[in-house]
Amino acid sequence: MEISEKNTDILIIGGGAAGSFAGIMAKEYAPDFDVTIIEKAHIDRSGCLAAGINAINAYLTPGQTPEKYLDYVKRDSNGLVRDDLVYSIGQGLNRVTQKVEEWGLPIHKDEDGNYLARGPRSIKIDGENFKPILANKVRKSRVEVLNRTVATNYIIQDGAVRGSYAFNLRDGIFYVIKAKAVICATGGAAGIYRPNNSGQARHKMWYSPFNTGAGYAMGIRAGAEMTTFEMRFVALRVKDVLAPTGSFAFAGAKQVNSNGEEYLKKYDKINTPIRLYATVQEEKAGKGPCFLNLNNISKEEGEELKRSLLGMCPGIVLQWEEQGISTDNIKVEIEGTEPYIVGGHCQAGYWIDKNRQTTLPGLFAAGDVAGGAPKKYVTGAFVEGETAVINAIKYSRESDFVDDIQDSMIKEEYNRVIRPLKHTDGITVEELENKLQDIMEEYAGGKSKSYELEEETLKEARILLKELKKQADHIVAENHHQLMLAHEVIDRIEVARVLVEHLIYRKETRWPAYQTRIDYPERKEDWLKFINSVIDTDSKKIKIIERDYQSLK
Amino acid sequence: MSININENSCNGCPKRKEGRCERICPGNLIKRKNEKAVIENKSDCWDCAACVKACPQNAIEIYLPEEIGGKGANLLAEVKKNEIVWVIKNQSGNYKEYHLAR
Repeated sequence: MEISEKNTDILIIGGGAAGSFAGIMAKEYAPDFDVTIIEKAHIDRSGCLAAGINAINAYLTPGQTPEKYLDYVKRDSNGLVRDDLVYSIGQGLNRVTQKVEEWGLPIHKDEDGNYLARGPRSIKIDGENFKPILANKVRKSRVEVLNRTVATNYIIQDGAVRGSYAFNLRDGIFYVIKAKAVICATGGAAGIYRPNNSGQARHKMWYSPFNTGAGYAMGIRAGAEMTTFEMRFVALRVKDVLAPTGSFAFAGAKQVNSNGEEYLKKYDKINTPIRLYATVQEEKAGKGPCFLNLNNISKEEGEELKRSLLGMCPGIVLQWEEQGISTDNIKVEIEGTEPYIVGGHCQAGYWIDKNRQTTLPGLFAAGDVAGGAPKKYVTGAFVEGETAVINAIKYSRESDFVDDIQDSMIKEEYNRVIRPLKHTDGITVEELENKLQDIMEEYAGGKSKSYELEEETLKEARILLKELKKQADHIVAENHHQLMLAHEVIDRIEVARVLVEHLIYRKETRWPAYQTRIDYPERKEDWLKFINSVIDTDSKKIKIIERDYQSLK
Repeated sequence: MSININENSCNGCPKRKEGRCERICPGNLIKRKNEKAVIENKSDCWDCAACVKACPQNAIEIYLPEEIGGKGANLLAEVKKNEIVWVIKNQSGNYKEYHLAR
């Protein structure tokens, strides 16, 4: 591999929703700055928006306020969120929505020209082309984009982040990118648990299978403080094709068990985790499978539902056609997905201040890797991207490029990165991935275990993962693509280890199904606090830190 | 989930540094070999349909793998300036179209 050094004022790692938006904003606030995005695929369709989305689910329709948004997010997260972060997201949601509309995103409107609301915080869009619209704006803004460039670790000097190491998938160049400030905007992590489907369908999942927790792993290795990994996200989806259930729910669908009973009626407080938890309980009680029942919709409404699903998850429309299902009486089987670690739906991620600065000087975070603010979705990721950029610019104005990076430091990372290419004999990517998923599934509350957790098995997972991390030293790659895959598994093992520590530490059940402790089944007031972790960069031990919940009111 | 690339329809995007599908696949799964696009590892495909929409030759279609009950139907997309037309060909060879604004 050839080694290439480069300088940029602001480096954004990850060209998905948060990273693209951050890049565009950086050039708006600081046109004189060099801004670079590194992206491991191609910015046109990378990240969570690859297929498109058919609604914006964090928008304040008339009558909604940032206060109400915070109340809602807090209620849905059983009381524990970072009020300051969620509130500030609420303040920016409509501003960023207007911006993307100006850039070309089609938003449905009513006869008076107002956005067509699907719910209090949801508006309908034609979002199949959402990502290319963002990518075009990135190009027009003259942000430099390094596509096919895989970030591997931060450049750290005196405890501050001064850039990133990366390698290019196509030409194999190893980059040493120095920056005055870095924004981490990578995705969360899929593929830590065994996926719902197997064989050729194994990547048919809710979350992007290409989001493998690189940003988390880089932070963990650098000693950044991480929060709330234990609030795993499990999506309730249509079986097999894993289509979104929201589109059905908004059309008036009811959740029923195999006896046709509307089982949510048994619960007085219904929120996102309960809809899932209740479904899992029906299955456990032998009343599964469960369904979304959508009858009594007109032919026209049915066709509209299909069109809306095509802009997000075309597979389900194909499945209906194959099975001869008509839309006048839709009954689709639902199930939970594998657990994911994400900050956009749940709140796993970097512990950040209101400026979106992490605990490492020079490093900011936005989107799925930024913790503490669940249900931010795409527009919330934009708001965070903008906030991170504003503060990264300020930081950059007062800092300079690192003068000199010791050759030994570059060499060390270079050797770590290319090591799998040097191995001719060892463990393959697939073998290591399967082992990781087996451990997590069996001992850390996978889908087949009804997502249930207990101390004894979690401690077993801890031991097995420690062993697995050692095996990962022998992973083999034959080319640069496999090298990327190898590092994706290495990163996921890092994330899994931290996840297990968080799961062991929280001795209550805060979020049923996301985090159900069968040995501590109650939710307890004295656990209304954040569990954070940090790796001691010398001893490599994971240390847990408790942080108080702070109410804005 | 996965895609099929029709070898006869694919023209390999001549004159382009990389094929359109090769360029945008979020999993970096498509490569050009002998002037034809090929998907290297079908089981790594997310089924996002980005390539289906990017192909001006309509050479790429999505199908449901057997593992999730696929019976041989497929779906492709014709992208126009303000519209995208999804075309489903079911297992009996019948076609159905859906028009979406974009």
